[in-house]
Amino acid sequence: MAQLFHPSANAIAKVTIFGGAFIVAGLVWAAAELYRSPYVTRAGDPISQPVPFSHKHHVSDDGIDCRYCHTSVENSSFAGLPPTKTCMNCHSILWLDSPMLEPVRKSFQTGEPIHWTRVNYVPQFVFFNHSIHVNKGVGCTTCHGPVGEMPLTWQAETLHMRWCLGCHEHPEKFVRPVGEVFNPDWKPPADQLDRGRKLVEQNHIQKLNDCYTCHR
Amino acid sequence: MRLNPDNFGARLVRLAAFMAAAVLLSGCDLQDMYRQPKTEPYMSSPVFADGTSARPLEADTVARGHLRTNEVFYTGKLNGKEVDALPFPVTKAVLLRGQGRFDIFCSPCHDRAGNGNGMIVQRGYRRPPPYHTPQMRAMALGHFFDVISNGFGVMPDYAAQIPVEDRWAIAAYVRTLQFSQYAPLADVPAGERQKLKEAAK
Ligand code: HEC
Ligand code: HEC
Ligand code: HEC
Ligand code: HEC
Ligand code: HEC
Ligand code: HEC
Repeated sequence: MAQLFHPSANAIAKVTIFGGAFIVAGLVWAAAELYRSPYVTRAGDPISQPVPFSHKHHVSDDGIDCRYCHTSVENSSFAGLPPTKTCMNCHSILWLDSPMLEPVRKSFQTGEPIHWTRVNYVPQFVFFNHSIHVNKGVGCTTCHGPVGEMPLTWQAETLHMRWCLGCHEHPEKFVRPVGEVFNPDWKPPADQLDRGRKLVEQNHIQKLNDCYTCHR
Repeated sequence: MRLNPDNFGARLVRLAAFMAAAVLLSGCDLQDMYRQPKTEPYMSSPVFADGTSARPLEADTVARGHLRTNEVFYTGKLNGKEVDALPFPVTKAVLLRGQGRFDIFCSPCHDRAGNGNGMIVQRGYRRPPPYHTPQMRAMALGHFFDVISNGFGVMPDYAAQIPVEDRWAIAAYVRTLQFSQYAPLADVPAGERQKLKEAAK
């Protein structure tokens, strides 16, 4: 009986099989990258809001502290969003006729809150708490990026589990003196690791990587 | 042991089916866990007309532990007259707390020294009077507390942003700022006086 396949077919078959494995591996890798990419996590995308609120103007140009608006960030799990009254503290006089602020004035008159679009969120099976981070020296910009430069707010990090753990396992790489937490312009010094280690010791920062820290 | 090929195929199919089901089911579970039937602060809710899940307090009700019986502590007044003392001891910690809160909530308009030329004023807000005029220096601490709690003229109130205890700490710090501008030389430690005299030349 004549040979159905030429011996070279063996090589082709091998290439196809291995090639297939590589293609599958490649696809898995691509999917994983996509999952972590800004395209899926929305990191880096400015989110449009009912009022074009600019942290750049209010924080960097006008020097308003985060806590003027996010009042509960030091003592609760939530940072809190400012009620319309807080905007009106200044905008009852400043920019009173600006059409950009029409939704703010309307909300103040009717009492119906402004419906801000959420920018950062973790799934509800994750427990997150602002106060512990802020009080142990993790700055706002470490997790939220250069907020003071944002004309519209965007999510700066993936907020994936591996990102949280990256810091929980090596807090010394990220922590700053507690007094600098709200400073939007703070940059890690050249000897961050040395200083970080000292801060970890001084502020008794633990490595919290047990599952039940965040899943409870 | 040799595998019975038929049996093996069937097992493989069953295993595949099981794994597919596991993946699908866990997928469902995960979705449910992502969005759980609970509300978090600031979440919107279709249940109420104004679309918020957090409910305002009903009129004429008081939450447990929120009854305000201590007139001085909560109004800065005793029998309707402004008091000129803090309702708790003034310590360094209280003053430092007051300084921190003042810099957050008051300095945008009054600036850090209390001269009334903060950043928001430079952007066009009404300029407040400096804290260092004789009239302001004569004001009772209870008046500062009252201004923070209820506002004054065009100045907005800060009742929603600043807890009562912090308002007192700020009031004490405003007084500190006033002292700072009129400190007599005698208050300066002897060793430092000479330096000051030289700096003034
Ligand atoms: C004048 C008030 C004001 C100040 C000051 C302010 N914010 Fe905000 N912030 C807002 C408002 C309003 C929003 C909601 C609109 C938006 O997302 O941009 C917001 C949203 C945010 C968000 C996104 C919230 C979300 O939906 O996930 C972050 C993060 C944030 N602020 C961080 C900061 C930090 C850090 C500072 C200080 C450096 C700061 N903010 C100062 C008013 C303020
Ligand atoms: C402490 C005072 C203050 C508060 C509180 C405040 N603003 Fe402003 N806002 C300003 C000033 C000052 C400007 C002018 C910006 C500039 O030119 O630097 C401004 C400008 C704006 C503008 C015009 C567009 C722009 O950014 O230039 C919008 C919109 C605005 N604010 C929205 C808000 C909203 C919404 C809130 C409430 C969450 C708020 N502001 C709270 C002081 C304030
Ligand atoms: C360790 C990282 C981390 C730090 C530090 C941090 N945040 Fe956040 N922030 C988050 C995460 C994660 C969320 C989403 C929380 C959720 O979905 O429940 C968030 C949400 C927010 C929100 C939306 C409202 C809310 O409370 O969920 C605001 C506003 C905010 N952060 C402001 C701040 C400010 C201001 C600071 C600095 C004082 C700060 N954050 C520091 C991680 C951080
Ligand atoms: C840049 C550093 C950093 C990042 C990023 C970070 N954390 Fe943390 N986290 C800390 C530090 C530091 C502590 C305090 C450890 C201690 O108690 O000593 C902490 C503590 C916690 C705690 C303990 C709170 C408690 O009450 O016990 C939780 C929960 C937590 N983090 C959740 C998260 C989650 C979820 C994320 C990701 C969305 C995250 N963290 C990202 C640094 C970080
Ligand atoms: C520092 C906080 C933190 C710790 C510790 C932590 N997780 Fe997570 N975990 C998260 C966050 C945040 C997410 C959500 C990721 C996302 O948005 O996709 C998550 C998601 C998950 C998911 C859902 C799958 C996914 O990726 O979406 C599983 C399963 C999980 N974690 C298991 C664990 C286990 C097991 C441990 C212990 C070894 C653990 N986690 C420890 C923060 C944490
Ligand atoms: C948005 C700008 C603004 C902020 C922020 C602000 N003030 Fe004022 N304040 C004013 C203005 C304007 C006046 C003058 C009001 C008038 O005469 O109509 C004033 C007046 C005062 C007075 C004098 C009242 C009197 O009897 O004459 C005191 C005391 C005072 N402020 C304290 C504070 C304290 C304490 C804070 C912080 C909690 C604060 N202010 C924050 C704008 C501000």
